[in-house]
Amino acid sequence: MIAAVLTIAIMATLFGLILGYSAIRFRVEGDPIADQIDSLLPQTQCGQCGFAGCRPYAEAMAAGEAQINRCPPGGEATMIALAELLGRDPVPLEDVEAAEKPKSVAYIVEEECIGCTLCIQACPVDAIMGAAKQMHTVIVDECTGCELCLPPCPVECIHMHPLETTPLTWRWPFPARTGSEGAHG
Amino acid sequence: MAEQRKLWPFHGGLHLDDHKAESNASPVRSVALPRRLILPLQQHIGQRAEPVVSVGDAVRKGQLIAQATDYVSASIHAPSSGRVVEIGAAPIPHPSGLSDTCIVIETDGLDSWDELPAAMPDYRNADAADLRERIRWAGIVGLGGAAFPTAVKVNTSGQRPIDTLVINAAECEPYITCDDVLMREQAADVIDGIDILSHLIGARECLIGIEDNKPEAAEALRRAIAGRASGHDDRPIEVVVVPTLYPSGGEKQLILLLTGREVPSHGLPAAVGVLCQNVATVVAVADAVLRGRPLIERIVTVTGGGAKQPGNLRVAIGTPIDFLIAQAGGYSTHINQLILGGPMMGFGLRSDKVPLTKATNCLLAASRTETPNSQPERPCIRCGECARVCPAQLLPQHLYWHARARDFDKAQEYNLFDCIECGCCAYVCPAHIPLVAYYRFAKTEIWAQERDRDKSDLARRRHEARVARLERLEQERKARLRQKKEALDSKSGKTGAGDAKKAAIEAAMQRVAAKKAAQQVESGTE
Repeated sequence: MIAAVLTIAIMATLFGLILGYSAIRFRVEGDPIADQIDSLLPQTQCGQCGFAGCRPYAEAMAAGEAQINRCPPGGEATMIALAELLGRDPVPLEDVEAAEKPKSVAYIVEEECIGCTLCIQACPVDAIMGAAKQMHTVIVDECTGCELCLPPCPVECIHMHPLETTPLTWRWPFPARTGSEGAHG
Repeated sequence: MAEQRKLWPFHGGLHLDDHKAESNASPVRSVALPRRLILPLQQHIGQRAEPVVSVGDAVRKGQLIAQATDYVSASIHAPSSGRVVEIGAAPIPHPSGLSDTCIVIETDGLDSWDELPAAMPDYRNADAADLRERIRWAGIVGLGGAAFPTAVKVNTSGQRPIDTLVINAAECEPYITCDDVLMREQAADVIDGIDILSHLIGARECLIGIEDNKPEAAEALRRAIAGRASGHDDRPIEVVVVPTLYPSGGEKQLILLLTGREVPSHGLPAAVGVLCQNVATVVAVADAVLRGRPLIERIVTVTGGGAKQPGNLRVAIGTPIDFLIAQAGGYSTHINQLILGGPMMGFGLRSDKVPLTKATNCLLAASRTETPNSQPERPCIRCGECARVCPAQLLPQHLYWHARARDFDKAQEYNLFDCIECGCCAYVCPAHIPLVAYYRFAKTEIWAQERDRDKSDLARRRHEARVARLERLEQERKARLRQKKEALDSKSGKTGAGDAKKAAIEAAMQRVAAKKAAQQVESGTE
C-alpha cells in the first residue's frame, strides 16, 4: 500500500520536474499559431478586417477573439484554409462584395499629383516613392492593392487599376466539357 | 552496328499512326519574305529580352534587336533587313490568345546581312566560355518545343561531369517531320554541331536516338559520321535506332531508353551525367559557331488534312502564320482547327494572325477527323488504362481526381509536376476525359498560388520593416526630446536661473493683481 503511494508520489514529482524544466528549457517565444495564421493571410495590410494589419488580425484569431471570415482579399480560399488550420467550421464571408473584387494595384495620375506625401505615409508596405512637392509614383510589383492610399489623397489622383493577365500569369481554365463544374473541396 | 545496342524500354507509351508521309516526301521549301515580321520578346523560358532598337531604326539581317536581360534569357535578332515600325503589344501564339510585347519589322526585300561575328572553325582550341558566349549571343533555345536557352543548358560547370551527349532525333509525335527532313538535308551540320557540343561539355560519347520510321535520316547521319574528317579528339557518335513508340522523344524517356539511366523526379539529366539536345538545336549551334549566324530561321512542318500542300518550309522567325500557310498552298476545305505543335501535345490557335516563334515546330491544319478528341466527357470508369500507358509512371486517375477537386497539395504529392503532358492517358481514356487539360489547369493554378505566396511574403517583409522603422523613428524622436529637456534642466540648475525666473513670474503676477485691484477700485469710485 505504502509502496504504491510512494511510487506514484515519486513518479508525480519526477514528471513534474521534467515538465517544469522543459517549460523553461524549450520555451517558445511568440505565438506559433499566430505565425501560422499570419502565413495564410494575404498580407495586403488593408485593415478591412478591422485590425491594423494582417499580424494583429492573426493574433486576434489565435486568441479566439476574432472570426475567420473577415479577410476580403483572401476570399473564400483563405477562410477555408483558416478553418482547416484552427479546426473551426467554415462560415460565410462577412463582406462578399469586397472579396469578389478583382486584384488591382494603385496608380497615381502623375500630372495631377501635387506631391503632398500623404499617400506615402498611408502605404503599409512602402510601395509609393516620392518626396515633398515631388511627383509620386507606385512601385507596381510591391503594391498590395489595399486602397489605404486613396482616402488621404487631397486631389483624388490615385486610381485602382485591375491587374492585367499576361501570358505568364494566365491560367488554364477548368476543363468543363460536361457543363457542370467539378465538386469543390 | 547500331541495332545491337541494348535498349531500356520505358513504361507505357502508345503506337500511333505516324502520318509522317504526308509531309516528308518533298524537300524543304523556302518561302517568300513577308512584309512584316513580328518578333515577340518572350520566345523562350526565362526573362524576356529587352529591345535595343527603337521605332524607326533601320535594321539588317542578323542584327541584334533585343538583348537577353538575365542569365536565363535569350537574345533576338532581325530575321531580315528593314525598318522597325512598332514595338508594342501584338497577339502571340499562346493558348490564352493574349498579346505580348513584340518588335515589328517592315522588311525592305533586300535581305542584306549585318556584319556577323567571325566564324570559329578552330573551336577545339577555343575557350569553353567563349563558345558558350557565342551560343548565348546567337539566341539559341531548345527547338524541340520547350525553348529553354541552350547556353544555360550547356553550362555544366559546377554539376557532375557529363559523360554522354544524347541527341533527340526521335521526333515521336505524329505528323511532325521537320527534324526528319533536317537530318536528311543537313546531316553534316548535325554532326558538326554534335562535335562542338561534345567538345564543349567534355562528353565521352554521343548517342543519337532516332525512331525506326526515319530510315533515310538515320542513313544520312551514318554517312555523315563515316565521312567526317578524322583526327582531332572527336568523340564517338552512334546512331541508335529505337522502335517507334510515342513518346520516345520525351527527354527523360529517351535518356532511359538509350542509357538505362533514370532522371530523378524534379531532377535534370545532368544528375545522371547526361545532356540531351534536340537535333535542330544542334544545327543552330553549328550555324552560330562555324558560320557566326544567329538563330533567325527554322524549319517548320505544315501538315494535316486542312492544308492543301503539306510539307516542310524554311521560314524566317516572326513570319505571320496566315502568311506562312498561304505560302504553303493555303487551307483546304477540310480545315477544322489550326493546331500549333502536334496532335498530342499541341494547342489550338485562336487566330492565325500570330507570328511563328523559335519553338514552333509544326502547324497542323487539322480536319474534323484529325481534331483531338472533343467528345463529351463522361464519368471515369476506373479502368486504369491511363496508368498503363503513362510513360512517367504516374497515376493519371489520382491526379485527375485531385486536380478536379482543386486539391493541389494532393496532386503534387502524386507528382503532378513529373507529368510531361504527352497526352497518352487522355488518348486511351474510354470516358473521353480531357486528362491533360486537368493537369494543365492544376499546374497553372499551383504556379499562381506560388506567385501569390511570394507576393504576400514580400508584403509581409516590407510591412514589418516599415513598422520597425516607424518605431525606431518614434524612439529616436523621444530620445531627442528627452535630451533637450535634460539639457535645459541641467542649464537652469547650474545658474539658478530657474528660481530667478520663478521669482520674476511671481513678481509679475503680483503686479498684475495689484493693477487689477486698483482698476476695480477706480471703477467702483466712478
